[in-house]
Amino acid sequence: MKQENTIMENQLFRPLDLKKKMRPGESVIQALLFIAGLGSIFITLAIVYELGKEAWLFFGNPDVTFAKFFGTTTWQPGIGHFGIWPLVTSTLITSSIAIFVSLPLGLAVALFLSEYASPKARSALKPILEILAGIPTVVYGYFALLFMTPLLQSIFGKQTVEVYNMASAGLVMGIMILPLISSMSEDALSAVPRALREGAYAMGATKFETSVQVVLPAALSGIGAALIIGISRAIGETMIVAIAAGSGPNFTFNPFKAAETMTGHIARISGGDLSYNSIDYTSLFAIALMLFLVTLILNLISQGIINKFRQRYE
Amino acid sequence: MNPNRDYYPKGEDLHRSLGRRYRSASIWQTLFFSALVIAILSLAALLYNVIDGAFGYVAFEYKNDPTEFSTKPLDALNKQELLDILKANLSSGAFTKLENEKPMDTRSKSVLYTLLLERLIQIDTKETWSMTDSIFRSAKIKAEVAEKYPEAKLEFRSWLTPVFLTTPMSSKAEFAGVRTAILGSLWMVGIALLFALPIGTGAAIYLQEYASKNFLNRIIQTNINNLAGVPSIVYGMLGLAIFVRALEPFTSGRLFGVTDSNGRTILSAGLTMGTLVLPLIIINAQEAIKSVPDSLRQAAFGVGATRWQTVWHHVLPNALPGILTGSILAVSRAIGETAPLIVVGASTFISIDPSGPFSKFTALPIQIFQWTTRAQSEFHSIAASAIIVLLILLLTLNAAAILLRNRVQKKY
Repeated sequence: MKQENTIMENQLFRPLDLKKKMRPGESVIQALLFIAGLGSIFITLAIVYELGKEAWLFFGNPDVTFAKFFGTTTWQPGIGHFGIWPLVTSTLITSSIAIFVSLPLGLAVALFLSEYASPKARSALKPILEILAGIPTVVYGYFALLFMTPLLQSIFGKQTVEVYNMASAGLVMGIMILPLISSMSEDALSAVPRALREGAYAMGATKFETSVQVVLPAALSGIGAALIIGISRAIGETMIVAIAAGSGPNFTFNPFKAAETMTGHIARISGGDLSYNSIDYTSLFAIALMLFLVTLILNLISQGIINKFRQRYE
Repeated sequence: MNPNRDYYPKGEDLHRSLGRRYRSASIWQTLFFSALVIAILSLAALLYNVIDGAFGYVAFEYKNDPTEFSTKPLDALNKQELLDILKANLSSGAFTKLENEKPMDTRSKSVLYTLLLERLIQIDTKETWSMTDSIFRSAKIKAEVAEKYPEAKLEFRSWLTPVFLTTPMSSKAEFAGVRTAILGSLWMVGIALLFALPIGTGAAIYLQEYASKNFLNRIIQTNINNLAGVPSIVYGMLGLAIFVRALEPFTSGRLFGVTDSNGRTILSAGLTMGTLVLPLIIINAQEAIKSVPDSLRQAAFGVGATRWQTVWHHVLPNALPGILTGSILAVSRAIGETAPLIVVGASTFISIDPSGPFSKFTALPIQIFQWTTRAQSEFHSIAASAIIVLLILLLTLNAAAILLRNRVQKKY
């Protein structure tokens, strides 16, 4: 009996323990990694909370009424004018010009690269677009002010085109967004199954007819996603408009006139000495919150489209 | 019978319609190609515009006549003579101040020469011309200068010089440099990386290696993708509210005994920039980890390694080059980003080197912005030079990233 016991106690004959071994170190590491993952959620919450808090203070101000905010067209929070429209219209005008430039160009570039160019040409041409995408926006601002504006002035005359104007900022912004739209559209185009193209060719379609009547419609949702991301990027772009579009809110629909956008306004006002708790300070957060929400919604829509699109072809 | 039977052309008509279709196809192909040409031309125009601004004729006058200081022509002076002139003509207070910043006899000849021009002779720039004008309208410019500014000297000048890289900020464009701006950018990027790289890699490891497909993890993933699309100026506002204002005792260094600053420091800027590049780093690191073959993990699990041992000893070393490539790309994003720095409060006029995380700072893109928005054309010239510096910096970083990527691709 005693002998049996010692054998049982002997390590060799102990029955295998199949329970998972406790490893506190592993759990600690996993917890830390999880916290790092949560960090991104924390950033989003912090953005919403901080922008929301200050924006709440701004809208809580008795002078700021809904009617004034959306019903008047002068924005000067310091002296009690709270009409948001001049900032919104100039943002819309610059972004529209940018999209007007970058969507057709970007789409054409994407079609050329994905349907026409040989693999060799593609690998030679794509880096050029990548360089264009990697140039800092402040450099584009320099380009807009010191190249595009003089160019516009020499075409339309110095009387019509002001030194700071929305048109040149919008045009250069279009160049900036072009690589984004072309690369996203190209991804969408090359995701279209080859069988569709072969089918079109078999029916006697030319390359152009295949690209535009078969491949393009099939990739339309992906191109829509690219367009939406482009709009979101244009609305949030700051440096080009801060340098070239003018400083001072101006309610105008003439693209050759100076008018400050939402982002440009934030950059100019926050660049100066700004006292906390002033109406100027809180108003900036209200604008930033609007920017954040608009771009967030656009990004979510675009992502939704891409996810749906991916499921269809894979 | 098909009512559309005669819809399709036959015989001669067929050939004509085919010809039409091929013509329109080739026209459209040309149009598509010209879009690409427009993109390339824009890039060329941009680069040309920048280079055009950084070189060219300058017409300037000396405020004080150089012959007052030296009988020899200025460029024939050697270092000792320059030193003597400076010593003799600067007030003793000013000289001691310069001496304290950096001993005079350890400074190079070109620095002393610049000092002589800046402090004693003093230059007054009248007008500048672009490189193209200077080359093709040279005679006309010379005539114009002779007529408009009879006193002035005309000189072909490269605004981008070694001196430009090594001198601090100055209120005169002729003597301004980007030294403080480059140092500020480096400090800021360093802090951003220290902050974002560990957290970003950790998050990527969690999402790729640990996370199961539940609701929370899906939200984290969507959220990261969305954060990458948030406008940079919104990050600036976040930095202003949290790092500059709420955490002021920490970011101004008051907790550590620094008293002479507010929250608008390098530390705030670096943390803001770190927040901005975090999603970028996570997404890139995820891609790198994803590309490590599953067989490696299974082999590690097969010999009884725990999950963390697998990650630490097998997944991470193999994903490291990819993660580094991603961080280099994040760095190049951070170096070029301007808007958040304006909001967080980069100072535009800083002439002393940043001495630590709690100093005020300026950065390269901030200087470019500041100089571009000045009215005088000589500031546009130094803005162009600073842009060239910035672009070369970015090009080097991206080339390094590409090289790294190619080396890794060979290994598998």
